[in-house]
Amino acid sequence: MNLFASLSAKPWQVQGVIADPSDGDGEFRPPAYLGLKVFLAVATVIFSLMMVAYGERMEMGDWRPLREPWLLWPNTAVLILSSIALYWAVVRARLGDRDGLRLGLLAGGALAAVFLVGQLAAWRELIALGYFASSNPANAFFYLITGLHGLHLLGGLIAWGRTMTKLGRGDEIARLGASVELCAIYWHFLLAVWLILFGLMLFT
Amino acid sequence: MATVAPAEAEALPPAEVEDVELYHSKSWVTKYVFSQDAKVIAVQYSVTAGAIGLVALVLSWLMRLQLGFPDLFAFIDPTDYYQFITMHGMIMVIYLLTALFLGGFGNYLIPLMVGARDMVFPYLNMLSYWIYLAAVLLLLASWFVPGGPTGAGWTLYPPQAILSGTPGSDSGIIIMLVSLALFIIGFTMGGLNYVVTVLQARTRGMTLMRMPLTVWGIFTATVLALLAFPALFVGAVMMTLDSLLGTSFFMPSIVEFGEYLEYGGGSPILFQHLFWFFGHPEVYIVALPAFGIVSDLLSVHARRHIFGYRMMVWAIVIIGALSFVVWAHHMYVSGMNPWFGFFFATTTLIIAVPTALKVYNWTLTLWKANIQFTLPMLFAIGFIVTFVNGGITGLFLGNVVVDVPLSDTMFVVAHFHMVMGVAPLLVIFGAIYHWYPLITGRMLHEGMGRFHFWVTFVGAYIIFFPIHYLGFLGVPRRYYEMGETSFIPASADTLNAFVTVAALIVGFAQLVFLYNMIRSASSGKIAEHNPWRAVSLEWQTPEMPPAHGNWGPELPVVYRWAYAYGVPGAAEDFVAQDAPPTLAAASGDDDRQEPSPQPAE
Repeated sequence: MNLFASLSAKPWQVQGVIADPSDGDGEFRPPAYLGLKVFLAVATVIFSLMMVAYGERMEMGDWRPLREPWLLWPNTAVLILSSIALYWAVVRARLGDRDGLRLGLLAGGALAAVFLVGQLAAWRELIALGYFASSNPANAFFYLITGLHGLHLLGGLIAWGRTMTKLGRGDEIARLGASVELCAIYWHFLLAVWLILFGLMLFT
Repeated sequence: MATVAPAEAEALPPAEVEDVELYHSKSWVTKYVFSQDAKVIAVQYSVTAGAIGLVALVLSWLMRLQLGFPDLFAFIDPTDYYQFITMHGMIMVIYLLTALFLGGFGNYLIPLMVGARDMVFPYLNMLSYWIYLAAVLLLLASWFVPGGPTGAGWTLYPPQAILSGTPGSDSGIIIMLVSLALFIIGFTMGGLNYVVTVLQARTRGMTLMRMPLTVWGIFTATVLALLAFPALFVGAVMMTLDSLLGTSFFMPSIVEFGEYLEYGGGSPILFQHLFWFFGHPEVYIVALPAFGIVSDLLSVHARRHIFGYRMMVWAIVIIGALSFVVWAHHMYVSGMNPWFGFFFATTTLIIAVPTALKVYNWTLTLWKANIQFTLPMLFAIGFIVTFVNGGITGLFLGNVVVDVPLSDTMFVVAHFHMVMGVAPLLVIFGAIYHWYPLITGRMLHEGMGRFHFWVTFVGAYIIFFPIHYLGFLGVPRRYYEMGETSFIPASADTLNAFVTVAALIVGFAQLVFLYNMIRSASSGKIAEHNPWRAVSLEWQTPEMPPAHGNWGPELPVVYRWAYAYGVPGAAEDFVAQDAPPTLAAASGDDDRQEPSPQPAE
């Protein structure tokens, strides 16, 4: 492990210009990659804690499992398609295909927006049936979990919008590639989170 | 000391990060107001944190007035008192200490100490400050809403936090929770910057183990904060929903004024777990930067390398990791399973090992050192003593059997004020005396500084030692007044009055410090370049105060660690981190030039 090599160095013994063992082979990656990874760690903690709270609250006697609206299934499919579209955009960007990149990016963003509208529709359906947040903790957790996940995706759409702007003003494809790749990583992460959360709600 | 030959050095990649295109401000507003320069953001953070801290200081005076002279001040009623307690605690812990250590010192020192031009995401960094400011203003706004700010205590435990008997339950509590959520969002933006800058923007030759301990402390604390604040965020969101929408995440079935409320089934203990899963790491979010900074202050002002650098780094990391598995020692009396208490008592006591190691190493750094009794050194020594004091009462409280009778007494208040109030503040003061010349180019006034130190240091003991004793007597915390309490002797009232007088005097000394900072900015003695003759990189900038972009046309190159003090044969008793090795050292005759300042382990 390079990190252990770094941490066991004896800095008082060596003088001169040296490289840190954990810094890798000097290949330069924009700091945004590491920044995104750290943020994903933060988001993972948020969603994990929510799941822990869910599990704990479930044990109480007043918990009445919620029958998830059928709309969540098509929504999930849309989110998967959205992730695939962004993956395709990344592939096209690597090949230098500007039009393919534009198509993939547009499709990914549009599908994510459709997912969000779909989630809102699921909320409306539940409210129309009288499943309010205050009527049962299972409902409350449903709104909380879908809401926080949706807000994260909304934040992703802001980054997506900035990438679209860069594409629109004609930035070179090598620079765009990194932005698209970062969007795609975030989308895949949110898809994974959604599948886990959806699974948790389905099976409880 | 072995020297890496220049040829080997040239085989390295040119730099770990390409020199980036800096954002250059075009107008006064983007230079000083909506600035993306970490140094300006640091000052903005510090001034805002200081201003809100001053509010919390005044609140503590008002509380002391009430406790010392219960019948004298008619304008403090119980509602006010609870609001003062809550706001004082929350402001001091989060809006002052966290923001000042990470947003203030972190922003100023990280790029300079690792040899970067700026943080890696300057725009995000700017956004971080403005969101923090919004959180602070929102918090202040809660004084101007019906019912005033929340009086739930800084721990905000449900169910009482949102029930109508508690002050501020109509809107104060909501404002508090939203303000906390904003703070966390803003902090996360800054925190990403600190972590990625340390990991990816270090200059050539700056290995992780050549970083000053200040950077290690701030870096580790930032990682803790990034992983711990989400717990508070989740708790705050859920409690907001309980209060606004009537959900029952935390609210059990409850009768209020003889009426059943709509709530039912929720778990107040769940909130306590979430809160303390954040709350305990929070102690170390404040303590670790203080540990790091004090190590550097001791080393510079004792003209000696820090003793056991590697162990100091490891201790910081180990303390950080352990701080995530001790949270329930705040909950021994919450009714949780006693076996939990046993587990958490064990982990809590284990933390004493790396912490004690740090204290030994600080002391051994001073052993046979050339100690300069400058202001930063005084505060650093004051910190060591105070931290040991507060830490030892922590060992008492960490044991379940001792904690149970002492829970919710003034003993707890005295403990945490010593260990995470006074001790980190002494470091902050020392750090300000140390780095003020770097930031402003002028020295702080020495005489006022010494007055500030002695009154604060001695005063803190005069205030908090008697409070430990009050705790042993059984005086409960958070009580507006004692009234007729048979087991508390009348002498406790005298002691309380004494403490109040001492607190007001110490408070006055802080005003002297404030005056010193304001006055010295314009009329202090002009500081020479690198006035403390320090090794670390932040003092080696071409200009002092450092200009936009920190370094001239070329980034500095680092040749050694940050503690090359007392070097025999050198022109002065130190060699700066970026001073090239002499030719003699490079040819292999290095032992006489620069012998290893510390024997190999």
